[in-house]
Amino acid sequence: MDERILKLKTDFEQKLAEAADLNGLDSLRVSYLGKKGSITALLKGMKELSVEAKRAFGADVNKLKEYAAELIEKKQEELKKKQIEREIRSMPVFDITAPSACECGSYHPITLVQRQCEKIFKSMGFTVEDYSEVVTDYECFESLNIPKHHPARDMQDTYYLENGQLLKSQTSAAQNAILRKYGPGLINNGTPIRAIFPGRCFRNEATDACHENTFFQMEGVMVDKDISISNLIYFMKTMLSEVFRKDIKVRLRPGFFPFVEPGFELDISCLICGGTGCPSCKHSGWLELCPCGMIHPNVLREGGIDPEKYTGFAFGLGLTRLAMMKYGVKDIRDLNSGSLKVLSQFTDDE
Amino acid sequence: MFLSMNWIEDFVDLSGLDKLDLIHRFSLSTAEVENEIFFKGKELSGVVVAQIMSVENHPSSKKLHLLKVDTGSGELTDVVCGAPNVRVGMKTAFAKLGATIGGITIAPRELAGYTSYGMCCGESELGISDDGSGIMEITDDVPLGTDIKSIYDIEDIIFEVDNKSLTNRPDLWGHYGIAREFAALAGRPLKALDTEELSVYDGLPGVDMKIEDDLCKRYSTIKVENISRTVSPVNIRIRLYYCGMRAINFLADLTNYIMLEMGQPMHAFDSRRVESIRIKRFDAPFTFKTLDGVERNIDENTLMICNGNTPVAIAGIMGGLYSEIVDDTTTLTLESANFDAASVRKSTVRLSHRTDASMRYEKSLDPEMTVPAIGRFLYLLKKYDSGAKAVSRLTDEYAVKFPPVTLTFDQSFVDRYTGISIDGDTIVRTLRSLGFDVEHNGTEFTVDVPSWRTTKDVTMKADIIEEITRIYGYDNFEVNTTRSPLYPVRMTEEKTAEEKIKDILVKRFSLHEVHSYVWAYNDEQKALGMKIEENIRLANATNPNIETLRRSMIPTQLCQVKSNVSYSPDFGIFEIGRTVDGLDEKGLCREHKMLAVTLYSRIKNVREIYFDLRDILTAIASDIKHTRLTFVPREASHDYEHPVNLNTVMLDGAELGVIGIVHPTISGNIDKKGSIVFAEIDVQRLADSDDKGIVYSEPSKYPSIEYDLSMDIPEKIYYSDIERCWENEGGDILRAVSIVDTYDTDTVHRITVRFTFSSPERTLSSAEVQEIIDRITDNLLKKNVTIKQQ
Repeated sequence: MDERILKLKTDFEQKLAEAADLNGLDSLRVSYLGKKGSITALLKGMKELSVEAKRAFGADVNKLKEYAAELIEKKQEELKKKQIEREIRSMPVFDITAPSACECGSYHPITLVQRQCEKIFKSMGFTVEDYSEVVTDYECFESLNIPKHHPARDMQDTYYLENGQLLKSQTSAAQNAILRKYGPGLINNGTPIRAIFPGRCFRNEATDACHENTFFQMEGVMVDKDISISNLIYFMKTMLSEVFRKDIKVRLRPGFFPFVEPGFELDISCLICGGTGCPSCKHSGWLELCPCGMIHPNVLREGGIDPEKYTGFAFGLGLTRLAMMKYGVKDIRDLNSGSLKVLSQFTDDE
Repeated sequence: MFLSMNWIEDFVDLSGLDKLDLIHRFSLSTAEVENEIFFKGKELSGVVVAQIMSVENHPSSKKLHLLKVDTGSGELTDVVCGAPNVRVGMKTAFAKLGATIGGITIAPRELAGYTSYGMCCGESELGISDDGSGIMEITDDVPLGTDIKSIYDIEDIIFEVDNKSLTNRPDLWGHYGIAREFAALAGRPLKALDTEELSVYDGLPGVDMKIEDDLCKRYSTIKVENISRTVSPVNIRIRLYYCGMRAINFLADLTNYIMLEMGQPMHAFDSRRVESIRIKRFDAPFTFKTLDGVERNIDENTLMICNGNTPVAIAGIMGGLYSEIVDDTTTLTLESANFDAASVRKSTVRLSHRTDASMRYEKSLDPEMTVPAIGRFLYLLKKYDSGAKAVSRLTDEYAVKFPPVTLTFDQSFVDRYTGISIDGDTIVRTLRSLGFDVEHNGTEFTVDVPSWRTTKDVTMKADIIEEITRIYGYDNFEVNTTRSPLYPVRMTEEKTAEEKIKDILVKRFSLHEVHSYVWAYNDEQKALGMKIEENIRLANATNPNIETLRRSMIPTQLCQVKSNVSYSPDFGIFEIGRTVDGLDEKGLCREHKMLAVTLYSRIKNVREIYFDLRDILTAIASDIKHTRLTFVPREASHDYEHPVNLNTVMLDGAELGVIGIVHPTISGNIDKKGSIVFAEIDVQRLADSDDKGIVYSEPSKYPSIEYDLSMDIPEKIYYSDIERCWENEGGDILRAVSIVDTYDTDTVHRITVRFTFSSPERTLSSAEVQEIIDRITDNLLKKNVTIKQQ
């Protein structure tokens, strides 16, 4: 074999061994195997050789070419592998256990509890209504069988406005409007009235950890032919079991509210002890939760519905109280404080 | 109100029944009983009647005496006693060795050098009164050694009923009414009250009495002479004490006893001071000293009991000091009356003086009760003071009667209301046990409501349902769902919008929902430099900080931003709440349901958060109504608004709300280093606006052409102005326009606008695109916009 070929081969082998990365290898390939590479250049030195020698020389150069190409490819594989390995090694370990900095928004806890209740009632065919906060004396009292000078008006410390209107002291203030809105459907088409109306209520009283002048209730009514006390108990028990996501025992006690007859105080088995008695329920095993009752005939009549033909039940659930019970909020004033230290914790609870 | 089980058992035999269980059932069927039940005298044992046989002064103590006491065994016991009222021959309560009293067991005890083998007891130590002045006096007739629990009703079960739960039950303000409930619950008969037959006095002269005001429904009176007793029998005092009243003197105690027993307040006047009773109001205010010694201002609306023209008692509330029963009273004029409930209630409020009597009158007592109460009073008076005798006939003026109530209903009415079947016999039995007269013919019931239930709570058929069901027991109800037909339930647009807004703000923009009050926060707003804007006010606010309703939620929200500055250097809060914008033409409040959003940042600059807020509003309009908002600059009209960058938010050409930057004065008071922007929009208007819906357009299969124009916008020209330059120029091939770059210096405001052209039918030629671009460029030049060549 020609000296020159042998030398070039040795040179190549040495340079190949020295190539440390893919870029170096690529320039090596160009410098040996490229159009102007040194192996190709060897062929230029064939002119002075005999035909015989030319053929042998040419074959040797081609062999070298193949040999070099093969080695480069091999080396390339090797370097690629090394580079991937290097990449893998150079990847830093991230501390996934570090706390997330993602800023989440938050719902007001009343919204969360309200949505849960609404969802349950919607699934049972109730519509969700909204109502204003400023109402008239008629809406809040007269239409609810609480005439002027009725002592029940003293029971509620109502915020009156200069113009004679008032801030609604109970969500029942919407009852008359709801009865009037859906009454024709009941009377003409037999569509039962099933509605809930969550809303803000106001009582003129001093605030402390347990008392607020502004709080949320959710009123519900159902009116149809033959709605009974038995139905009322069923709906209250079902709804409350869904809200608390466990089987809730309920009991009714007589309670006086002018817009229902009979009226009840509804107790539920204590959520903490389940009814055996604990400090939360003052060892009675029961928690007083919501007033309810059969809608008073005068209220139905005032809403344009004949109490001889139709009966209905109504209840008023304290959403604020429910939210406090559910999340263990101790100070009721936190809810209206706007404090994000409190409120930002309530991200979602569907 | 405290109730005594012994007292109840005077009127119904509950022997053999579990009393605690009955009390529990009472709580479920009638009125709420407080949790704590008191077992009076249960722990007391070994206390007997003993006589003091000798008294010696203690040699070194001024207070102590050395006694020898006979407990009936014949042997005398040495006792050291500190009571001041010890005397030889006195009978008293004596706790023998081994006795338990007040939680301790009596053992021999060393007192100043002498050993006491037992203890003489005072009434307060026995727990039967608050009299701690000395040891108990026991009448002579009781044999020595008798266990005092066998002669006095010391052992009793006392329970408390929540007064609020009796609001609508005037008949339950005395033990007799409560006993009727227990009788109904236990299925045992109610005994009649023992009363004096008053007709025997019919021949005697009447009392000079006249009702001159119809706020007095009934006034019954009788005059009694020759009263000698001054101290009440022990059992009467024990009952009064257990039920929360102090013993005063025999006559006053007896009126209180009748009140606690029958619920009828009574008043005893010293007859020497009251000769001609007139019930009336006065024309002018005056002052009056009540028997508690307090001088009170009486106005012309307050009904008074007078002796002629001199007031002697505030009707239904309290007697006067002048005519009070005193120690030498031997003749009394008894009042058993009925007054208008509302009038008593209002007088109570005006006087801010609530008494046991007024509390009862407020509930609309049964006027039929006044005469039996006098009969009962005389019966008890003569039982304990045999010399007492009536010297007048019963004098009774019944001015206003409640109409009797008779109700008719049938079985199907009860079935429909209850949803269960309660049989006719049960209905009859239940109603009769509660004092209703019932006739039952076939399926029909005719019910006469007893007078004590007609004053207030049983006036219609539905009221009867409660009587039947509460005694039946709600725990015994079978629970059933309804059989009403099903219809789809559609949410209102308003409700849907409200919930979507909350989701968008919380989930997409990481804002926090807050709640605030519907009134302006006087103190907090003023501290931040915001004045309280005139608006309708609360008429009866007790807290001066909360008197004016808010016109906007922004000021209250800024107060909340202030309190959260330390929470995070970058946050946004929102609320969907109400504002009131003055009165409408009918004089009613113009209430609006608004969304207020406030963004605060010390990290981002004011421009960034301003545009963040703009994007938030845009997302709301786009997600909920698939529509675009427009913004129109406006003048500041509130002190919290920065005059620059204040815009009206417009939807479909109508005003939806406002977006702006907080005025630097207020902003600086909240946080000098932070930027604050706000927006407020009308949720109702948003909900009421048209939903444009999703308009789908098929993407073109042909290539589109993009053309970028960089332009320098002169001052006071808005994008909404230059937008007009291509609005009508793009034909149907200009498919989209967007800003791809902005460049701002102090003097240059440059934007690069990308125009995207495409056609669903063909490949566009660059010539036709260029033609449109040329027209747009011409339009822009007319607006003094400089086009920068690419």
